[in-house]
Amino acid sequence: MSDTVADLVIIGCGPAGMAAACEARALNLSVILLDEQATIGGQIYRSIESAPAERLHVLGHDYASGRSLASEFRNSGVRYLGGAVVWNVSSDGTVDYVASGRSEKVMGKHVLLASGAMERPFPISGWTLPGVMGAGAAQILLKGSGALPNGPVVLAGCGPLLYLLAWQYLRAGATIRALVDTTAVSDYLRAARHVAGALRGWRDLVKGVKLLGALRFPAIRVFFGCSELSVEGERRVEGLSFKHRGRPVRVPASLLLLHQGVVPNTQLTWSIGSAHRWDRDQLCWQPVTDAWGRLGESPIYVAGDSRAIVGAQASAVQGRLAALAVGERLGVVTDFARRAAPLERQLKRHASIRPFLDALYRPKNGNRIPQANGTVVCRCEEVTAGQIRRCVELGCRGPNQTKAFSRCGMGPCQGRFCGLTVTEIIAQARGVEPCDVGYYRIRPPIKPVMLGDFVQ
Amino acid sequence: MQAFLMITEPLFAIPRSSELETVTITFEGESLTVPAGVSVAAALLVGGVRDFRSSAVGQAPRAPYCMMGVCFECLVEIDGVPARQSCIVTVQDGMEVRRQVGAASLDYVSFGKRS
Amino acid sequence: MTVVGGGLVGAAIAYGAARMGMHVCVLDQGDTAFRASRGNFGLVWVQSKGHRSPRYARWSRDAVKLWPALQKELLELTGIDAGLRQPGGFWLGFSDAEMRARFELLEGLDRQVGEIPFRMMDRSELQEYLPETGPTVAGGSFCPLDGHANPLMLLHGLHAALRLKGAEVITGIDIEQVRYDPGNAGFDVIASDGQRWKSERLVLAAGLGNAHLARQVGLHVPVTSTRGQVLITERLKPFLNYPTNKIRQTGDGTVQVGSTSEDVGLDDGTTTDKIEWLARRAVATFPVLARARLVRAWGALRPLTPDGLPIYQASVSCPGAYVATSHSGVSLAAAHSFVIGPWTCGYIERPPEFDVFLGDRFLDPNASFSHDH
Repeated sequence: MSDTVADLVIIGCGPAGMAAACEARALNLSVILLDEQATIGGQIYRSIESAPAERLHVLGHDYASGRSLASEFRNSGVRYLGGAVVWNVSSDGTVDYVASGRSEKVMGKHVLLASGAMERPFPISGWTLPGVMGAGAAQILLKGSGALPNGPVVLAGCGPLLYLLAWQYLRAGATIRALVDTTAVSDYLRAARHVAGALRGWRDLVKGVKLLGALRFPAIRVFFGCSELSVEGERRVEGLSFKHRGRPVRVPASLLLLHQGVVPNTQLTWSIGSAHRWDRDQLCWQPVTDAWGRLGESPIYVAGDSRAIVGAQASAVQGRLAALAVGERLGVVTDFARRAAPLERQLKRHASIRPFLDALYRPKNGNRIPQANGTVVCRCEEVTAGQIRRCVELGCRGPNQTKAFSRCGMGPCQGRFCGLTVTEIIAQARGVEPCDVGYYRIRPPIKPVMLGDFVQ
Repeated sequence: MQAFLMITEPLFAIPRSSELETVTITFEGESLTVPAGVSVAAALLVGGVRDFRSSAVGQAPRAPYCMMGVCFECLVEIDGVPARQSCIVTVQDGMEVRRQVGAASLDYVSFGKRS
Repeated sequence: MTVVGGGLVGAAIAYGAARMGMHVCVLDQGDTAFRASRGNFGLVWVQSKGHRSPRYARWSRDAVKLWPALQKELLELTGIDAGLRQPGGFWLGFSDAEMRARFELLEGLDRQVGEIPFRMMDRSELQEYLPETGPTVAGGSFCPLDGHANPLMLLHGLHAALRLKGAEVITGIDIEQVRYDPGNAGFDVIASDGQRWKSERLVLAAGLGNAHLARQVGLHVPVTSTRGQVLITERLKPFLNYPTNKIRQTGDGTVQVGSTSEDVGLDDGTTTDKIEWLARRAVATFPVLARARLVRAWGALRPLTPDGLPIYQASVSCPGAYVATSHSGVSLAAAHSFVIGPWTCGYIERPPEFDVFLGDRFLDPNASFSHDH
């Protein structure tokens, strides 16, 4: 076993990555795990090892349960490289990364991509103003430093993470000025079709109901069924205006947290050239894999939220299954079906409530596809929805020609924050489905690398 | 005369705790005492900084959005090195942080440890 | 007139025709086509062009002199800035031997063709123009005619101008067949999905696709692909005031580092070894670039003829059909618009001494060819 060659190279230290590392190490495979952050846990278990008791209490049981996985990971004998920025994964298992100002390589007989999810962008008018952040960002601040809003905060959007954050803030004593919920009656009706699944996942359902119940009392000002959200302010956010029951409302805010779900971080899978499908329920791209997460005929697997949004528990299970699949390919697992069976049952359980949640908290068209032409879509290059539509009028049929004509997607975020929006705007303008439009051609480096890092 | 206040009432605060270690950094030359071990972005937010940079194309004020290294809005100059993602860098005592004004410049003197 | 191909060559020619009143229909491929235009480095370049072909040297020189008119016209018509800047440009050399060879080449060109001024500079003089030049650079050659533009903005501008001049641009089309139909005034152009167009005149500007289509109208166009990989950095504050042959700072502030020449068939991917190689060369040339962040790398396929020179030819067996192939879609853009466009319309005579650009030259069994890529 060498320092730079391993049976399995894992990218990402969240639940999927950590669980896969533990499982692979238990099979006595050599494992190298790379993660960009300085501490383990990914986003969902951020700072899990250093969280003091009061913070664990505020954040709730699901977060705290990450501690046992973190501890298992630390004891697994994995070769863990924190602060390693992966900039390329090749289909032969080579992984290029930068650490301490130098570009290095590791080689895996297999590679597992476990880079998790990112918050879906929320491209409404004014969303680029300072003081507007994602709810996930606020949760990262809470987990990473215990930081709470310093004044009354406004939360807007929909989805479990938004309500979880509100619940955590209440437990911590923060003041929530308003919760502007975009969930409407039609969402409940749509979700009702999936109630059977929700009931099968009754544990998750009960958790959710309890959480929502806590939000009503003491009274947070909640506005339901809101639409036409627009951020107001000149040099920083000053308020959020919206329509509620047909009437215009404005809520002042110096801190506004937006959220409408999370989406798979597909930058790595696109850069490898893998096939992706557009999921019409989750409204995002998902890499096409076999049942264990393998990409085509390559030695590369994907597990966790970067494959499809499944949540932390299911991500960990997928990580373990991928590790077992790799173990089988390497000949150290001869009873794969027997070992996989209980994990597959767990996955089924976790998946039960998904269709219900996806339907209930489906992000609104108006919040995904800005109609106002002046709304910034590509934050890095400041390209607006109107500019993108004009490119379509000029004959651009997809995001790559649009990128060439407008520079959208050419900034340092490399299309992460605008890609979904651009695809959907083009699809709407052309009257076709997002899968007919496609996505940016993503190429290495998938994170910016200093040219000097290539010089010996 | 500043066109706008650089350091104001912070958007975030950390509840008082006797175990809380702090470090001292500067932002635009002004001294800030911030919690140890957090990201530079978190430290600046808690320290009262509202905008971190002005955008390259339209010189618009910008501040962190995602806090996880995806949106690239949190770019600041740290110890002379421009355009660093402050949500990924851990704050160190003595760091000198400045707003990232427009595009990065190449003629800088980097000082302090490159973390 | 139907123009097959809406890249830099096709769009420029079509614009040249449309602005003279010809009714033009441009047929362009879809979002993920190879699109050499997206890989163009963006130089508007004269020096050293055509060192084996005086006619090409003259063609390049004249094209570059016409460029400001194209820039101005597109800006006024569409509001789009194609980014032309002509401060002069540098070739950089890394050894005395390279410098000597360069001098001989440029001096020979100027003597043979005329009006292609240049100046050799040693390191110290070079540093007055390019202060960031690194210690491994021995010197360079400067040509005051050289400059650069923004290939993507140029393409955008041409497409916008085409619309404004009443041309039809249809995208998402893959043309499989072109047929000469003498009884029915001209040409049938047939797409892979069965759509058809009819026109009296036909211009094939389909880059790599030209070989297969040109054959169908009696023209010989042996184009093959050479992959070029290019690096591009984050936006940077201006520090490079002149373009150089391998590295330039664009109007957006990004620095482009080019480029490779690889024989890899139809693979427009990027490779880590070339990315690293280009990065090291960039840092060796301008050490300060060590601090620049690489944000994008891309690969594109250049449609190259065996001698690297363009093919411009009118079909004899199928009168009204023309082919235009060149990998210098930016440098030659103005010539394509203001000369090739009108020629393919029949509004002007074939440019003088154009035999050197006939595709037939490659049919000569006694000739051998090489190109600089």
